[in-house]
This record gives sequence, structure tokens and C-alpha cells, in this order.
Amino acid sequence: MYGLLWRVIPGPAWLRVLLLLLLAAAVVAACFEWVFPWVSEYVPLNDNTVEASTP
Amino acid sequence: MTGAGFVPAHGRTRPRRGVVSGIVGVVGELCITAGVLLGLFVVWQLWWTDVQADRVHQQVLAELDWAQPPLPVDTDTGPVVAPERHDEPPVMDEPAIGEVFAKLYVPRFGDDYLEPIAQGVDKATILDRLGIGHYPGTAMPGDLGNFATAGHRTTYGKPYHQIADLEEGDPLVVRTEKTWYVYRVIDHEIVYPNQTEVISPVPGLMPGDPLPELTQRFMTMTACHPMYSAAQRYIVHGELDYWAPVKDGTPAELLDAGIVPDDAAQAGATEEAD
Repeated sequence: MYGLLWRVIPGPAWLRVLLLLLLAAAVVAACFEWVFPWVSEYVPLNDNTVEASTP
Repeated sequence: MTGAGFVPAHGRTRPRRGVVSGIVGVVGELCITAGVLLGLFVVWQLWWTDVQADRVHQQVLAELDWAQPPLPVDTDTGPVVAPERHDEPPVMDEPAIGEVFAKLYVPRFGDDYLEPIAQGVDKATILDRLGIGHYPGTAMPGDLGNFATAGHRTTYGKPYHQIADLEEGDPLVVRTEKTWYVYRVIDHEIVYPNQTEVISPVPGLMPGDPLPELTQRFMTMTACHPMYSAAQRYIVHGELDYWAPVKDGTPAELLDAGIVPDDAAQAGATEEAD
């Protein structure tokens, strides 16, 4: 899987490493900005209100 | 070197990986990826949400659109201690959802503790973002009944992180634009998330019970319990000790703890607006 990624990215090895680092940074940023906030809606790790909810 | 009768497909010299080992390889990489993502989620939840929320809280406090009559400061003795008032306190109307209408000082939480209180307890828009939330429909600060608030104990700036350190008698100082309300902790309890009686106008009054004539002015803080879990709630109740107009000075509870609100620190000579 990652081997394929390595093969489809063009350029010499140092450029591929750089591109992959940039790609990884973009993925982390997207997770922090959008994915994790969305996931946390469904992970009630830290709810702190009392409410009359059905159990 | 090729064996008799074996010609590598596509002229490759490397033998092809078997289908099974290929699948195992992909599954392994997916597992590693999932592990890394889970680790990142923990980093995000425990660290980044605090970084983000702290920044927003500071910004919200700095942008409070209050007339800010400067707290009176005596040139010789420093900030003036506000005389305690025990008569009927002024009570503001309930603001719109999302509006930041008060600040909370808690000397027990440290002399740099200051958090905004906003209207509403929606998780995504209020508690994860603006700080402490006020349960809509419960009393406003100073009013008869129960001024009920919720705050994160962990993550998202964790305004109620040290809620379990509060002891009976500790001051909880709420400031609205024009008024100080000094509550004192009376007790704490640990309940299940559906026990809404903790935010009743009289804490403990079951929903549906007839409302007695209100004579006391409570404040309630709710946070999650145990830490990093949503199984239960940690509840602290306080009762109003006294109130004071902001233009009269700063509560002794703050000054004694070494907390000098920003607008008293800058000894302003501006005319008091009120």
C-alpha cells in the first residue's frame, strides 16, 4: 500500500521523502481540523452536563 | 536465472508476491495506520483542544463588550475593597444563546484563573468552544433559585479541571458587567448524568415536584466524573454570600488571594459610567 505510494510519486528519493512528509502533515492537519472534532461528537469521553435523557 | 519452463511474467526478475502475503501486507499497513490515527486522536483530544480553547477563551474575555467602568483604585492603598451587600441583588435578563455574559473567578483554582461564562450548554458550540455554559432556564447570577453551570473537567480548556479541590466555604466569584456575586461552596456530590435534580431551583428537588417558595440563591457547577470519563457527574453547590456593584470596588476574596482584575490594575481616572 505505502510501497505503491512510494512508486507513484515522481522524482528522486529526497523529493519523494519531502512530498510524503508534506502529505502526512496535510493528513494530520485535516484530522485535527475536521475529522477528530466530528468523531468526538460520537465519543462521549467528556460530557459534563446533566440532562433528562433516556438511558 | 530462470528454471526450465518458468518465464517471469512481464519480464520481471523478482518473483511475484503471493496473493496471501500481499493481503497480509496491506492489512498490516492498515493496522499501523489505524494505530497512528488513534494516537493522533488522543494527542488532539488531550492537548490540542486545550491549546485551541485557551486561545478562544482569552480572546472572548478580551473582546467582552462591557462598558468597563474601571474598578475603583485608591492611589495609596490600591484597589478598593467592595463593601458587602446583602439586600436584593440586581439580576440581569437571560441573554441569547451563545452570548458571553459573565466571568468566573475561583481563588482556589489559582490567581490566574479566569473563565468566561456563556449562555447555553450545547457541547460543540458552547462548552467545547466558549468555556463555561449556563443551563438555559435556570436562575441568572444573584437570582432566587439555582444559577447552574457546566464546564469541562478535562480537555477544551478544562475550566472545571480542579472542581474536586473545592472545599466548603471557598468563594466562587461571578462578575457580570456591573455586579459582583460572591457565592460560597456548601457541598458537593457525585451523581449520574440523568439526575437533573442537581440543577433544580432548590438542588435535590425532583423534576415534577411542586416548586416551594424560593428563598435561597444557589449556584451549581457540573463537570464530568471520573476524569476522562462520562460515566458520572461531579457536582458542586454554592450559595450566595453577598453581592456588590462593580463601581464600589473589588471583592475582598479576590484581593486577599492576590487576584487583581485587569481593569483595576490599570488605575483609570475615567468617569464612572452607570
